Amino acid sequence: MPSSDVPSSEPTNHVLEFPGGYTRSVGPVIGRFLSELRDGRLKGVRTRTGRVLFPPVEYDPDTGDDVTDEFVDVGPVGTVTSWSWVPNPRKTHPLDRPFAWALIRPDGADTALLHALDLGVFELGAKPPRRLKTGMRVRPRWRAERVGGIGDIECFQPEVTMINAPSRLEYRLQGGRALDRFLEGVEQGKILGHRCDVCGQVIVPMKGLCPKDGVPTSEEVELPDTGTVTTFAVNNLPDPRAPEVPFVSAYILLDGAGLTMLALVAGIPADQVRMGMRVRAAWRPREEWTRSMANIRWFEPTGEPDVPFDEIKDHI
Amino acid sequence: MRPVAVVAFAQTRHTGEDAGLSETELLAPVITEIKRRTGVTRFGFTCSGSNDYLVGAPFSFVSALDAVGAWPPISESHVEMDAAWALYEAWVKLQHGEVDTALVYGFGKTSQAAYPEVFTQSLDPYYLAPLGVDQVSLAALQARAYLEHTRTDERRLREIAAKARADGRANPSALHLDDPGDDDGYEVAPLRPHDVAPVTDGAAAIVLAAGDKARELAERPAWITGIDHRGEPHQPGFRDLTSSPSTRLAAAKAGGADGVEVAELHTQFSHEELILRDALDLGDGVAVNPSGGPLAANPVMATGLIRIGEAAARISGGTAGRVLAHATSGPCLQQNLVCVMSGEQSDG
Amino acid sequence: MANPCAVIGVGQTAYKTKRPDVSMAGLLREAARRALDDAGLTWTDIDAVVIGKAPDLFEGVMMPEGYLADALGASGKPIMRVHTAGSVGGSTANVAASLVQSGVHDRVLTVAWEKQSESNATWALTVSGPYTTSLVVGAGGYFAPHIRAYMRRSGAPDHIGTLVAVKDRENALKNPYAHLKIPGISREMVESTPMLWEPIRYLETCPSSDGACAMVLASEDAAKRAPNKPAWVHGTAMRSEPIFFAGRDTVNPQGGIDCAADVYRQAGITDPRREIDVAEVYVPFSWYEPMWLENLGFCGEGEGWKLTEGGATALDGDIPWNASGGVLSSNPIGASGMIRFAEAALQVRGMAGEHQVDGARRALGHAYGGGAQFFAMWIVGSDKP
Repeated sequence: MPSSDVPSSEPTNHVLEFPGGYTRSVGPVIGRFLSELRDGRLKGVRTRTGRVLFPPVEYDPDTGDDVTDEFVDVGPVGTVTSWSWVPNPRKTHPLDRPFAWALIRPDGADTALLHALDLGVFELGAKPPRRLKTGMRVRPRWRAERVGGIGDIECFQPEVTMINAPSRLEYRLQGGRALDRFLEGVEQGKILGHRCDVCGQVIVPMKGLCPKDGVPTSEEVELPDTGTVTTFAVNNLPDPRAPEVPFVSAYILLDGAGLTMLALVAGIPADQVRMGMRVRAAWRPREEWTRSMANIRWFEPTGEPDVPFDEIKDHI
Repeated sequence: MRPVAVVAFAQTRHTGEDAGLSETELLAPVITEIKRRTGVTRFGFTCSGSNDYLVGAPFSFVSALDAVGAWPPISESHVEMDAAWALYEAWVKLQHGEVDTALVYGFGKTSQAAYPEVFTQSLDPYYLAPLGVDQVSLAALQARAYLEHTRTDERRLREIAAKARADGRANPSALHLDDPGDDDGYEVAPLRPHDVAPVTDGAAAIVLAAGDKARELAERPAWITGIDHRGEPHQPGFRDLTSSPSTRLAAAKAGGADGVEVAELHTQFSHEELILRDALDLGDGVAVNPSGGPLAANPVMATGLIRIGEAAARISGGTAGRVLAHATSGPCLQQNLVCVMSGEQSDG
Repeated sequence: MANPCAVIGVGQTAYKTKRPDVSMAGLLREAARRALDDAGLTWTDIDAVVIGKAPDLFEGVMMPEGYLADALGASGKPIMRVHTAGSVGGSTANVAASLVQSGVHDRVLTVAWEKQSESNATWALTVSGPYTTSLVVGAGGYFAPHIRAYMRRSGAPDHIGTLVAVKDRENALKNPYAHLKIPGISREMVESTPMLWEPIRYLETCPSSDGACAMVLASEDAAKRAPNKPAWVHGTAMRSEPIFFAGRDTVNPQGGIDCAADVYRQAGITDPRREIDVAEVYVPFSWYEPMWLENLGFCGEGEGWKLTEGGATALDGDIPWNASGGVLSSNPIGASGMIRFAEAALQVRGMAGEHQVDGARRALGHAYGGGAQFFAMWIVGSDKP
């Protein structure tokens, strides 16, 4: 692992990945380039001042002016204008053995393309090979099956194993001390909040500070798992966490809390939920509890009489 | 222009590993400290810099607002950039003359994911990001171009890193890193691990004040005599990587680096100090990154702001009369901000 | 005092579900070039660029000002990127105006956009990590309870939201850029659509759009040389408050009240309903029209729905709201706020075309975001302040 990575061996616990990948429309200039690339041709585009941009963009990078519609054959041979050497590739890199990144200016172009440069088989951690030099002449290695992407060139120079480049990032997140403590409580079936020294209100879940007064909070208060629905929505679009459609999302003022929490309400037909309705948390069976808010499935009616609107109107 | 000064600067003791704090928890003590030091609890304007991709979820800046005490509601804005640009926005706002103080902050944790790969997401989505090229690999391309062009030996990079780490060990806020080893391998040649800014979690805040308010809040305000930022084309292949024309231009617009005694530069890689020294015409007499700089602590999104804070601290501490701070963004020094400060208020 | 600032160019793309014919840069350049054409300028005339959009997860390009710098002619120039959640289009315009008002620059290009078709809005807005205490996802699930609270508090009858949904879609038929165009839109049609998040019906919500909006802002000197009539900025304001705290009024948030008071003070407005001729207000769910009418001081608390019901906010009413069709008709999220600001400018320039409000001299542009906690507003006028 490169040293600028996280020095932790813990597994990641969060993945940011848009399912299926982003759908990028490319427009006429990049589109023409990628279409030609798929056919195995390298095309640059000419600016109004006569320069040939490669890879082509819709604008002169110096002035912002539109480029002309003249596409020009360039390369395929090109010259390395700068390079860096990767002794230990990342999993996001296109090659899984040591390789170079290079800026390559194809013959006939005035700008350079960034791409990977494969120089053969090396042990992980290898030093840059001597033949890797600025000024080196290189050619693209075309992928047999081309789809119209910059990866249609596998790399510049010989044999290689291509790896997909997914847009996936992994994290080891920390919820923070206050949230950790809150979830620790939830793991034991307790709902914890902090009382603010300034406004006296109980903040749940606590954050270690009062967002209103901007002061640190530390006085822990355990709250009951009962409360009052202040206001709610009937949702007719499915949600993985909800039992069925329609379902109710509601702001619930836990007894003793200064502010409401957004949660699901179930155990009652959606059209019978009311502002002021008394509810209690429906916990999952104790053996399923984890350090997560999911321990509470949703809130259900207690059957107590409704709280008058006047008593909750300052919480909406 | 209306005279505006840095009157206070606070930062976390940055950590090289996750200390279990959320971004908001990192930030809150810094805000508390800067309010205490200035005695100001309500600012005319507030502006922050942060990045959603550091935690892989949208709206980092929304939860950060909890640390500020935004009640009653505050006049506030946010840039999804290094907080040095938030400071620029606040400086512009102070020029209107309607408000006299501004709070600026930035925060970031790179301990939660591989930042060089997170950085890939900021690249051209058609030509660069699909290649999976990361921040270190791109920087190494620029390093190669510079070293070859100027016939500089790689050993010069190790000297820069060694000095940064030594200075960092003398700075309580920075990471305390060992001297570079003699046979460290390449991370991405020609860059070795010590040439790359470390994983860092941290936050920082600055208070700006205008005119008399600045004199009231600080004994020795660091007056901003010029601040400007400039960009270059995005694709590294469209640029001459051996120089930083946008830094040169920003410095010229900010009144130039003449007479500067200390420069805090946003050098996430050793070779960037050489390129920036050239672009800023900094002579050997100028102390560069006495704080240790980003090579000793790099809480991204706050790193650029910290440069301004550290440089200003030389003026408020009375050890320098004229200083320069630099911040950068994008691949291979694409975008650069220069802020020149002085103990003497300029005439505008 | 701040230097005068004028809008001398406005450019918009057509708002559509998908713009598969353009790249991201191409989308922004389309709007920007139209704004430059309106201002009689070229890329090189611009001193600085300010861009804005909602979370980067929408298009998966982090800190896109880097990739877009040269695409927007910003080589050798300053470029900044603003992000204040849903209010961002408005905040971005305010930051760009600030660059002129401060005397730093003479001609600033500002662009806001969203290309929602590159991913999925619900995903991009609600990706959450392992540490989350919310049991609900989606904007509708968040806002519908507040709408219910408003209805209860004000005693508004159920059909008010429907009236707004019809009115804004009728206006959209007069706007060549609008996304949702529903000929023959009627109360019956809106009422026949399903409840998505009761009390919000399908046609009472905004669409998801691709699109960009751009403006050129100019100093007094630069405005003098503009070929078309400028709109002068009479005031700009922003306010933020935390999303969850004890005692927060989420129906009538203090941040909106304070922001409006600030921008009215700057513009010398004491009676907004009388002194403002047309307003472009961020209404993504139809019920937010009566709610914002009250929040913005166009009437007393609990009275907003009566203005809507009485037709005051219609194109031929005494205070037309969202003559362009509003967010209910076009919603490229990051741009939606800037579209409000730009449409306000078009109105006082007399350049709003078929949806022009006759004789409009002063207009409000409004945007909000997050949990109705971030606000950005400006007042523009046909006269130099």
